[in-house]
Amino acid sequence: MKTYTNPIYPYVRSRDQDAGPARHAVVVVGAGPIGLAAAIDLAQRGVPVVVLDEDETVSVGSRAICYAKRALEILDRLDVGQRVVDKGIGWNVGRVFFRDALAYRFDLLPETGHRRPAFVNLQQYWLEEYLVDRARELPAIDLRWRNRVESVARNGDHVELVLDTPDGPYTLHCDWLIVCDGARSPVRRMLGLEAEGQVFRDRFLIADILMKSDFPTERWFWFDPPFHRNQSVLLHRQADDVWRIDFQLGWDADPEEEKKPEKILPRLRAMLGPEARFEIEWASVYTFQCRRLQSFRHGRVIFAGDAAHVVSPFGARGANSGFQDTDNLAWKLELVLAGKSPERLLDTYDAERTFAADENIRNSTRATDFITPKSHVSRVFRDAVLELAKEHAFARRLVNSGRLSVPAILADSPLNTPDADADFARGPGAMIPGAPAADAPVKGPDGPWLLRYLESGFTLLAFGNAVPAEAAAALAGAPIACRVVQVGGGPVPGVTLIDDAEGLVARRYDARHGTVYLLRPDQHVAARWREFDPGRVRAAIAHATCND
Amino acid sequence: MTTLFTDPNLPDPDGFYEQLIAMHHGLSDAESALVNAKLVLLLANHIGDPAVLAQALAAARHGVAGAQPKGHANHGRTP
Repeated sequence: MKTYTNPIYPYVRSRDQDAGPARHAVVVVGAGPIGLAAAIDLAQRGVPVVVLDEDETVSVGSRAICYAKRALEILDRLDVGQRVVDKGIGWNVGRVFFRDALAYRFDLLPETGHRRPAFVNLQQYWLEEYLVDRARELPAIDLRWRNRVESVARNGDHVELVLDTPDGPYTLHCDWLIVCDGARSPVRRMLGLEAEGQVFRDRFLIADILMKSDFPTERWFWFDPPFHRNQSVLLHRQADDVWRIDFQLGWDADPEEEKKPEKILPRLRAMLGPEARFEIEWASVYTFQCRRLQSFRHGRVIFAGDAAHVVSPFGARGANSGFQDTDNLAWKLELVLAGKSPERLLDTYDAERTFAADENIRNSTRATDFITPKSHVSRVFRDAVLELAKEHAFARRLVNSGRLSVPAILADSPLNTPDADADFARGPGAMIPGAPAADAPVKGPDGPWLLRYLESGFTLLAFGNAVPAEAAAALAGAPIACRVVQVGGGPVPGVTLIDDAEGLVARRYDARHGTVYLLRPDQHVAARWREFDPGRVRAAIAHATCND
Repeated sequence: MTTLFTDPNLPDPDGFYEQLIAMHHGLSDAESALVNAKLVLLLANHIGDPAVLAQALAAARHGVAGAQPKGHANHGRTP
């Protein structure tokens, strides 16, 4: 590759290899994006973590390239969001073509007042490198390269791992094992666990090419284009003038043949024209699947990311949902390790994230079925939808080239306190209990975006002078602390005051003077009220942490 | 005269589409065509309004007659 050289992270012998089995609180298997995110999140919460990876570098090839707004917000909290945004290519607009004509155009983020765009495209190796850099800044993270898991055993109050290294094997014990070792998850297999679901009978070529072009920064999708008849093609721009092109090949394509440059070049020439100047950076042929583990928690072993669930790539719901997994897990594990919540709080990780995985699987399965019709009649309906979409708005809603990743709204979460006030907005985009907090521009001591104020543990977002100083002090001093952030009104000692610079906080949160929102450490709404009542807030925090 | 409504009106478009395709599961092409014809007739009867139906017939036929692809200028421009 011309634009990227994989860094080598040297294997370093650990002291654990010299003595009997060392015991650690948390071990993460897999230093991919999700494993690193889990480790950084826990380390930022003061939880020491050992991270094991069988390799000594980041992703080979660009692999996951589309990072959604919510993933970027999570990465902001892990202190790598800005590097991703600076290096990556932000986009909001997509175009869908049918044969030789534009069928429709969509804008994923039609409103302003959000720090992050709908998507940033960046090769996975860059993201992983940034995450490794961040992990190395945190003394609580012990990152061990070329440590391959050979066996796993669940032994009552701990998990035992045997690891192979260049110096031979050694044994480790941990209270909690977080498994982020990818779609083929060796640990999952060692534990005899199956991810159940559907494999699609289709193959896709992904080609990364290096090309100077003033082509717009948009997602372009073709159904049955003249340059690749009867199949679909997807084009994305990545960093460093690298372009990702996905060609649907059909089930009968020979994956080894299709990977050869002499097969790839004619496809690219047909698409880009005889004059285009480009070089192939990387190419791969893949099939895909939609399936998940039945449960993401197996005692002291917890699965996250592709190890727990895999989806077809249309909609970018793989890595993006993995970040939401660790976002959901880290604060719960912190509370359990600190003895502030019972272990059953971790069952809510399973409940919330299997719900989200099902939503992702449902959406990517539907997109896949639309893109690769399984029957003649399905193909006829698809083509009819694409024809109608040129002229009729209703049909554009039916075109499905991928329903792009949005965070799950955990409306049925057992941790929610349901609305007691009936007048709160409940429509699309409403901040109902379970919804992830919407961003908005503000003025305040920690910068111009609301989400930055919702990063440290539980937060009570109060509109106006709703929470008196004594009540704020009591919330901040409780065993499970809750910080009060006040939007507008006069200063209150111990309360962070921010200004609703454009009135968008009140609008997005359907707030009046006195309204308060309780947000979880992962920025999902736990409860909301029209009036502050310290007892109800305490009860909602207890409920959201399985302490009731 | 009532106008054919072509703005989005399905509360769950993807869910409906999934149901529609699933309805055809296991059918031959001829059986599928029969099922589609029955579906059109059922929906037409439900709508009833002759003006709306006439517009729907025209909209469905639009672009198909003559089978000559139109020379759209805005085709899939590539980089």
